[in-house]
Amino acid sequence: MASVEFANVRKSFGTHPVIKGVDIEIADGEFVILVGPSGCGKSTLLRMLAGLENISAGEIRIGGQVVNGLAPKERDIAMVFQNYALYPHMTVADNMAFSLTLKGAAKSEIEKRVKPAAEILGLSHLLDRFPRQLSGGQRQRVAMGRAIVRDPQVFLFDEPLSNLDAKLRVAMRAEIKELHQRLKTTTVYVTHDQIEAMTMADKIVVMHDGLVEQIGAPLELYDQPANLFVASFIGSPAMNMIKGRLDPNDTQKFVTEKGIVLPVAKAPDSAKGLTLIYGLRPEHMTIAQGGIPAEVVVIEPTGSETQMIMRVGGDDITGVFHQRISARPGEIVGLSIHAEATYLFDAETGKRLV
Amino acid sequence: MTMTAPAKQSSAFGAIARSNTAVGLFFMLPAAVFLLCFLTYPLGLGVWLGFTDATIGRDGFFIGLENYEALARDSVFWMAVSNTIFYTLIASILKFILGLWLALILNEHLPFKSFFRAIILLPWVVPTVLSALAFWWIYDAQFSIISWSLMKLGWISGPINFLGDPNNARASVIAANVWRGIPFVAISLLAGLQTIPQSLHEAASLDGATGWQRFRFITLPMLTPIIAVVMTFSVLFTFTDFQLIYVLTKGGPVNATHLMATLSFQRGIPGGQLGEGAAIAVAMIPFLLASILFSFFGLQRRKWQQGGQD
Repeated sequence: MASVEFANVRKSFGTHPVIKGVDIEIADGEFVILVGPSGCGKSTLLRMLAGLENISAGEIRIGGQVVNGLAPKERDIAMVFQNYALYPHMTVADNMAFSLTLKGAAKSEIEKRVKPAAEILGLSHLLDRFPRQLSGGQRQRVAMGRAIVRDPQVFLFDEPLSNLDAKLRVAMRAEIKELHQRLKTTTVYVTHDQIEAMTMADKIVVMHDGLVEQIGAPLELYDQPANLFVASFIGSPAMNMIKGRLDPNDTQKFVTEKGIVLPVAKAPDSAKGLTLIYGLRPEHMTIAQGGIPAEVVVIEPTGSETQMIMRVGGDDITGVFHQRISARPGEIVGLSIHAEATYLFDAETGKRLV
Repeated sequence: MTMTAPAKQSSAFGAIARSNTAVGLFFMLPAAVFLLCFLTYPLGLGVWLGFTDATIGRDGFFIGLENYEALARDSVFWMAVSNTIFYTLIASILKFILGLWLALILNEHLPFKSFFRAIILLPWVVPTVLSALAFWWIYDAQFSIISWSLMKLGWISGPINFLGDPNNARASVIAANVWRGIPFVAISLLAGLQTIPQSLHEAASLDGATGWQRFRFITLPMLTPIIAVVMTFSVLFTFTDFQLIYVLTKGGPVNATHLMATLSFQRGIPGGQLGEGAAIAVAMIPFLLASILFSFFGLQRRKWQQGGQD
């Protein structure tokens, strides 16, 4: 086990920069998730850590040692690929034992390492099968088994769940998390799915366009997004964002471009006069008599909660309510917003002000 | 005439039309006729001629195994057999090794990769007779460019007798055949190499494999199915080779480079002994059949290839 550090890491393909100076510190035993939209550079960053891509500038350290010049096999890391990358001509057991076989380990030693790993992952009865004879979830487990057998300094996961169906993904999510709690090996995990990031990570690194937008614990990012990008990326359904300005006479009132007044907790004076984005999480509102009038557009009951898209003065607002609502599309309901849970962002810089 | 006859007829036709087997046979008819006319008939005729004493211009009589008995006592025939086996074996091994090596190089990220790939195909594209003529000059007893270069370098004093000396001649025709056959092997294996996902190599290098170990444990096993196909074809082509030998040496010197195909032609057409030529050609069949059977069993899907999709 080891810590991992990225220090001002940069990467260009030709003249095209993809990683534009990234600093991340990952403590020993931490489960860190790199999350961001496609093309943000998260996979490239992971492959640089693995040694599969060159580092154009900056330093990557594993356990304090700079690994820029080290070949992948000298870095003592194990990686789970998106397509699993299982060796199709080897059985499950041989796949898992491949790294040990290469080292020339004795048969008894190999068995001693493969067996418990297979047991942890529930693969014991599949050891003689070939990858083609396995289901997607089983292949996923074999890929993890191959990593576990190595007992490496760091585990790397490159979108490991994206080839699985929704139900299996949820199950594997819990399995990976449990595995990490058991092995306590430093883990770097790449995904584009913010739910995966929220549910599994000790620490999330939100990336966008080759840069780190924010680093923090899942709920920290959810409650205190540094900017518009993080606020819109984390959370599902996404945060409502409405353009407007503060009321010049009352900093507790936000006026949308359409002239609707929305409540604000305590805006700083510096926010006066700026064009702002008003941020409101879908769950921070209730239906109440005498609230802001909102026209119901779509209502989606899911059982445990009800999602509703409402139109407030021309802006669509998504709300999530825990009570059952019997409103029909076209009806007007009263919307009560929890002022203390709202955010204000500078529309120009994207930075959060409140 | 009553109306019942056509009604009966149509019902009989209907029964045939409803029978899948009959319809299936009907649709196979064109292909079957084609195969009978252009494959089975010539092959059958060849086999039949082998049992006769036919010469050019005269239908032969059935003489049983006389031709084969004569061949069994014929030292030139046995030399041709051993030449053919030797020629096929050495040329195929060289083609495989050099072809695989070329394919591995072309699979790397090289500048002008597609240009090199096109160049590689050239020996395959040029008509055999043309390349054989070129080799004829290269191997010329007086004007050989190889002899000339080596003499200029001062490594040899006189020109090499490439096609005049039996062993030199054998080596020379094998070299020409290898040159011609490499593109087929290289391009086919390159296609095979490109089906191996990059992530397997990455996974192996993370697992601690060196370049050689990646080749030995990933590339080679995953390439075996295509190697089996390519080498079967390569062996068949080489075993039945005719043009190169015929242009370069005509089987000489003193029958030293005769292959079964060239000997068969020489005895059958210029020599006029159609029956004997046919018998030599028929004698190739067991060898070809053996290599086809070998590939048939070699090509069966390996256990790891069975099962679902990737």
